[in-house]
Amino acid sequence: MDFSKRAAKCEGRRDRKPVSASRRNQHARRVRYPAMNWNRKDLLGLRELSADEINFILETADAFKQVGTREIKKVPALRGKTLVNFFVEPSTRTRISFELAAFRLSADVINLSASTSSLTKGETLKDTARNLEALHADILVLRHSSAGAPQFLAQRLKASVINAGDGAHEHPTQALLDLYTIREKRGKIAGLHVVIVGDILFSRVARSNIFGLVKLGARVTLVGPTTLVPREFEKLGVAVSHEIDNVLPEADVVNLLRIQHERQRKEYFPGLSEYTALFGLTKGRARLLKPDCLIMHPGPINRGVEIDSDVADGAQSVILDQVTNGLAVRMAVLYLCGGIST
Amino acid sequence: MNKSKQSSPSAAVPIMDAEAIRRALRRIAHEIVERNPDLRSVVLAGIPSRGDEIGRRIAGFIAEIEKIEVDVGVIDVAMHRDDVGTRAQLPIVKASQLPTPLEGRTVIIVDDVLFTGRTVRAAIDAIGSFGRPARIQLATLIDRGHRELPIRADYVGKNLPTAANEKIRVRLDQTDGEPDAVWLEKQ
Amino acid sequence: MNAAIIRNGRVIDPANNRDEVIDLAIVDGRIAERSEVRGQTSEVEEIDASGLIVAPGLIDVHVHLREPGFGHKETIESGARAAAAGGFTTIVCMPNTSPVADSPATIAWIKDRAAETACVNVLPTGAISKNIAGEELAPIGSLAQAGVVAITDDGRCIQNHELMRRAVEYARMVGLPVLDHCQDYNLVGNGVMHEGYWSTLLGLPGWPAAGEEAIVMRNILLAELCTHHIHCQHVTSAGSVRLIREARARGIKISGEVCPHHIALTDEALQNFDTNYKMNPPLRAQADVDALLEGVADGTLSILASDHAPHADFEKEVEFDAAPFGIIGLETELGLFLDLLVHKHRKIDILRLIEMYTLEPAKLLGLEAGTLSVGAAADITLIDPDLEWTVKIDKFESASRNSPFDGWTLKGRAVRTIVRGKTVWKL
Repeated sequence: MDFSKRAAKCEGRRDRKPVSASRRNQHARRVRYPAMNWNRKDLLGLRELSADEINFILETADAFKQVGTREIKKVPALRGKTLVNFFVEPSTRTRISFELAAFRLSADVINLSASTSSLTKGETLKDTARNLEALHADILVLRHSSAGAPQFLAQRLKASVINAGDGAHEHPTQALLDLYTIREKRGKIAGLHVVIVGDILFSRVARSNIFGLVKLGARVTLVGPTTLVPREFEKLGVAVSHEIDNVLPEADVVNLLRIQHERQRKEYFPGLSEYTALFGLTKGRARLLKPDCLIMHPGPINRGVEIDSDVADGAQSVILDQVTNGLAVRMAVLYLCGGIST
Repeated sequence: MNKSKQSSPSAAVPIMDAEAIRRALRRIAHEIVERNPDLRSVVLAGIPSRGDEIGRRIAGFIAEIEKIEVDVGVIDVAMHRDDVGTRAQLPIVKASQLPTPLEGRTVIIVDDVLFTGRTVRAAIDAIGSFGRPARIQLATLIDRGHRELPIRADYVGKNLPTAANEKIRVRLDQTDGEPDAVWLEKQ
Repeated sequence: MNAAIIRNGRVIDPANNRDEVIDLAIVDGRIAERSEVRGQTSEVEEIDASGLIVAPGLIDVHVHLREPGFGHKETIESGARAAAAGGFTTIVCMPNTSPVADSPATIAWIKDRAAETACVNVLPTGAISKNIAGEELAPIGSLAQAGVVAITDDGRCIQNHELMRRAVEYARMVGLPVLDHCQDYNLVGNGVMHEGYWSTLLGLPGWPAAGEEAIVMRNILLAELCTHHIHCQHVTSAGSVRLIREARARGIKISGEVCPHHIALTDEALQNFDTNYKMNPPLRAQADVDALLEGVADGTLSILASDHAPHADFEKEVEFDAAPFGIIGLETELGLFLDLLVHKHRKIDILRLIEMYTLEPAKLLGLEAGTLSVGAAADITLIDPDLEWTVKIDKFESASRNSPFDGWTLKGRAVRTIVRGKTVWKL
């Protein structure tokens, strides 16, 4: 049996039929070997990446996805490198994903949160980061509530800075794993209609997704209340709608954002039950979707709010695939940014 | 990568043409058959980008000779290199695939040129993360000497002593879009 | 007798309608008749002003000197040196110090400090509300007696319109103009940059133009109701310009001020989260810049000022949300306004520019300054309107370095600053 075909499948092709010797040769010619070189030490967002660079990350992620199927899920690519997960804004899921990605690349990992760092003693972010660099930290994965914080550190440190979410600005690895999942399930991004529903105004996941999807040629529609999805977003090259029922039947992908009703949002919409009534992906609304439409969610899910519980577990939901793909994408990002010599 | 149809790199000497390559790989196929009575336990694991094409061709010859389809896989070594972070150009990673379990099997690493041996070391490392084969062998189209590690090939298409600053260029139709050939670039 | 003659300069004195190339005489710190110096041959300082403009000493009505309390950012002494280096002979300092300038004692401290250490004239303002907290009136009458030239809560803005109304009425009683930093806290929320395309793109909370316009409107209504002058500081939005224009056309006592950065830059400058572009009120969009330029051209905006807001490096060099608002401006404002208003966009001529820096602020604050009349204090600024120079922040007199203009090439600069007849700075 030709296992190289299975390798090719990992690379996003849908070649399932057995391949004859002559066709094997043709197939080999179709395999892409991208000639571009990656030369960024940091991943701060998708806004500044070109479409080629984004595709390169996704193709690199194909290779790393395979590592998760090996008996020993470890490669020595970042052996001897130190990665610091600096989560000033707390997170469990993203941090674990980065931590696991780093372990699989044989890096050493340190976890730092706001409370375990000296930020509580008044040390500035810059000083904290410089101290970490003095300990030869090679890669800093930063989640911070302040937009621009990763950029701030990237300009001042020799270490690689990976943005794990900065305020409402960007969450590049989340968007990359969303793109990867769409590409894996639908074979492409260009020409697909992707609908993002929820609190767009305050969402870094939405912004990174918008930048990535538009660059790769998808058609994007944002849906939500006017207070959370202002028309201003149209200038980013997307459509805006406040009526979800009209949009769902035309969607190829629906990406639901978590909706929260904390203190800061109380002026923006009256409550969760009204949100669900107007914008939640209920069972009834899910029936409006095309059969091959993907249902996505960055997690954690608020069952019964932005998405019905059964719909979240249903056949069209790829939410768990997103998590698996997140690991591959993060391994790719750490390899690319952490692997170049500085 | 040289995508044009221009045949020869500058100041290059042809070492093997398509026919010579074909005969060499056919002979390697015979040698593999001779040394491995249980062909079904053999896995030809090619190193991209040319090693896996060579592995496929060898499998084709074995199929002609013995009417047995030998398993063919791919080992990407980029993730296993020992020089990440020191090279100006980041090696591009590709997905690997090998049949598992590997216990009891003979994995034959296939590459186009054996030089310092570091690529093969990385391949052995990569295989280790898939499992523990009974034995690992090495087939290479060209052995150009200058080993930096204690590694030797079991099957060699052609031994070619070279100077360290010379370059070997292998071109295959499927991977390079050029006629099969091996070139030696003298400095 | 101390005497000096400034020779051959183009004397521009808007108060006296003068624009001529003529010598200017100074005797004992006052502008004198030319004849008073004729007798003296020795001991007369000769200042050659050929090719230069001789203007009344420029006045900046919006400066943060940070003392008392924040001396690590700037002191009265260093701020005054910065003013002199920018061509200013009089600066008006804001009350958001620590303690706030809401008591005669603090005003006295500031005046003493200035008398001891400042090389230019420093005029204090007093707070409108105690501690600029916006809840209770400060002792405005006593502040007037202590010598403030205006009241303002700058840094902050009174949100309770009733309180503001009473403050304006009270200020009228003691003859003090009211200066207001126009910001509606509810509309603005925790906005850090102009609410528009760029804030949407960057995911930063927006500071909508309506947040300024709402208070400009409030001030227009109160200026009318109380028949007293309210001056809107650092106007930034097209809507504000339109409101002020319409109100002035109706004869309301309202005025507006513009800062150079709101004309030199737009919100696009924030895309790299550089805190040197973080100000309050924020940089806005090109349409607002165009409206400000028109507002200057047609006289709607009558005052130019810097809102010089020094912050230490370690305070500004932090992540964007955490950085304080503001930039220094004393040493770049004249160059920027000459370059942008007079040379590049040709919105006003140099006479009007000088008027906006002399006569207009003197009128606003009721100062005996801003003229070259015989007998007036010899506060004089010599300007080379065509001098091209490159901004080098590390050579500045100010104690702080927070400016986005480092490396900018500007056309026009003050070359000599004279306070009470004495040269306090020259290029």
